[in-house]
Amino acid sequence: MLELKNISKKVGNALHISDVSMSLEKGSVNVLLGPTLSGKTSLMRLMAGLDRPTSGSILMNGSNVVGMPVQKRNVAMVYQQFINYPAMTVYENIASPMRVAGVDQATIDRRVNEAADLMKLTPYLDRTPANLSGGQQQRTALARALVKNAELVLLDEPLANLDYKLREELRVELPKIFAETGAVFVYATTEPQEALLLGGKTATLCEGRVTQFDRTIDVYNHPSDLLTAQTFSDPPMNVLPVTKVGNEFVFETSRVDVPTNVSGLADGNYKIGVRPHHMLLEEPKGHSMKLDCVVSTTEITGSESFIHLQSRGAHMVALMHGVHRVEIGDAIPAYLEQKSFFIFDHHENLVSAPTFDSQN
Amino acid sequence: MDKPYNNKAWFLVVPVFALVALSAIIPIMTVVNYSFQDTFGNNQFFWAGTEWFQDVLSSDRFWDALGRNFMFSVIILSIEIPLGIGIALTMPKKGIWVPVCLVTMALPLLIPWNVVGTIWQIFGRADIGLLGYSLDQLGVNYNYASNIFDAWATIILMDVWHWTSLVVLLCYAGLVSIPEAYYQAAKIDGASRWSVFRYIQLPKIRGVLIIAFLLRFMDSFMIYTEPFVLTGGGPGNSTTFMSIDLVKQAIGQFDLGPAAAMSLVYQLIVLSVCYVFFTVMSNVGVDKPDARVED
Repeated sequence: MLELKNISKKVGNALHISDVSMSLEKGSVNVLLGPTLSGKTSLMRLMAGLDRPTSGSILMNGSNVVGMPVQKRNVAMVYQQFINYPAMTVYENIASPMRVAGVDQATIDRRVNEAADLMKLTPYLDRTPANLSGGQQQRTALARALVKNAELVLLDEPLANLDYKLREELRVELPKIFAETGAVFVYATTEPQEALLLGGKTATLCEGRVTQFDRTIDVYNHPSDLLTAQTFSDPPMNVLPVTKVGNEFVFETSRVDVPTNVSGLADGNYKIGVRPHHMLLEEPKGHSMKLDCVVSTTEITGSESFIHLQSRGAHMVALMHGVHRVEIGDAIPAYLEQKSFFIFDHHENLVSAPTFDSQN
Repeated sequence: MDKPYNNKAWFLVVPVFALVALSAIIPIMTVVNYSFQDTFGNNQFFWAGTEWFQDVLSSDRFWDALGRNFMFSVIILSIEIPLGIGIALTMPKKGIWVPVCLVTMALPLLIPWNVVGTIWQIFGRADIGLLGYSLDQLGVNYNYASNIFDAWATIILMDVWHWTSLVVLLCYAGLVSIPEAYYQAAKIDGASRWSVFRYIQLPKIRGVLIIAFLLRFMDSFMIYTEPFVLTGGGPGNSTTFMSIDLVKQAIGQFDLGPAAAMSLVYQLIVLSVCYVFFTVMSNVGVDKPDARVED
């Protein structure tokens, strides 16, 4: 078990990691989710022991490991770039951590073959990395991390440079393979989808702070604040500033009934968050808020269309299935379903989440 | 399908052809022409066949000079390559000292050959040179004009001083292009400093190292100015390298035929040695191309 207690990291005057506390269980999958420069890599470097936190302590199985050099920590790390020893064969690359540790040849042989089998590298054991495809190079790096039997396995956006198909394959296999070793498994990514597919627990990061750390599904369905909700939504969550007056939320000339479960809220300013796929172009049954919008851009991928809309200064994105024929500049109505509202108070803390969790 | 045939296209290659002809083909063919003929002045030439080539290849003078060239190149490479790598490894990768180091390293490269020769020629003189005088005062009997070992040592020192920087700069460029993640990965693996050098840095700078090796070989094999300025090829014939010998024959004795034959042989040697080096070095540690994958 790895525990971080009030970890901060300052470089010069810049605060890279700010007061992070989290505890990661053995054999668990932990996702660090956040945009570029949010501190994912910095946090991993602290966990690995490549950097020393400015303040706070790091406990591995109960004992403080701050200051312990990285090579004594039994950590494995895989990077976004494909990092292998260029002049060694795949076999020697996978064997290298065991060679350093002085493991006997028979064991090395057995474990290299096991790992190569899991990572589908058996036919390529005699090649050097330069003669492998990107996916094979990264699988070599992953196999090297696997044979180490490390207590802590850190994967820093390992699939970012791979093609779509390989990513899907590895994304499913990786957590299983590493969970079996009983390691604390940490996976950094910029993609909300990847976090959802990996499952386990997710920590959302923003500007060096962990905004929430919980079961992945719970973070997705009940983000503790607006920042977390925006980090964990791609395309970004639509946010509409509204005023609660009596029994209604009001935005300019549009209005909608306040959901019954939050009818006790005080009047004042709130923010409503709606995920792009709950922004509709046809009026739904039940309560909804109608906005008069102008189409500003459309992105059509084939199975899905993103329609960017402007409504009195608010910028919104609607995700529709299929190809929709709308022209830039068209004036069309859009509907926000009342039951899909994330409601945030003026401190941007979550007040209420949608009531149909399981359908998400 | 009928392709339109247009002879005007030839005009487009004429400029390049003219340039190459003027800069390479015509001069080389002139030399080839001389190498098969004999002259007694008055611009009269007589066919000599392969006589000059036979003369050159059977003369001790040629083989001695060739031996000196190879010995010099081997010494130069075995000093400058390891030294260059070593200096490049100790240079800072970032910070304010980077430009300082780079400029200091580049300085010797900006000095012309004959100036380097003159600097060291004076520097080493026992009467007025700082180095020569100091050594003399320390009781070392140093004299490049009369002692073969001293002459060689001085020329080698000059070349090392002048050209190690080139190796340093090339290696440094190769080293700074290695992503930081490699070093981190090695650190996590617990690799030693030597392993990092042997398994990450050396393979990663192999490309630039081949270039440094070839450049330094060709340059050192064509050594001329330094021994010419220092002792004019002496003491005796001890620093008469091929290029010096060539100039002595062509200009000093005006034996155009033998000189032309010798320069052709000289050029062929440089070319073939470079070809062998390049082939060998670019194949070291690389899998055979038929083992490549296509995915």
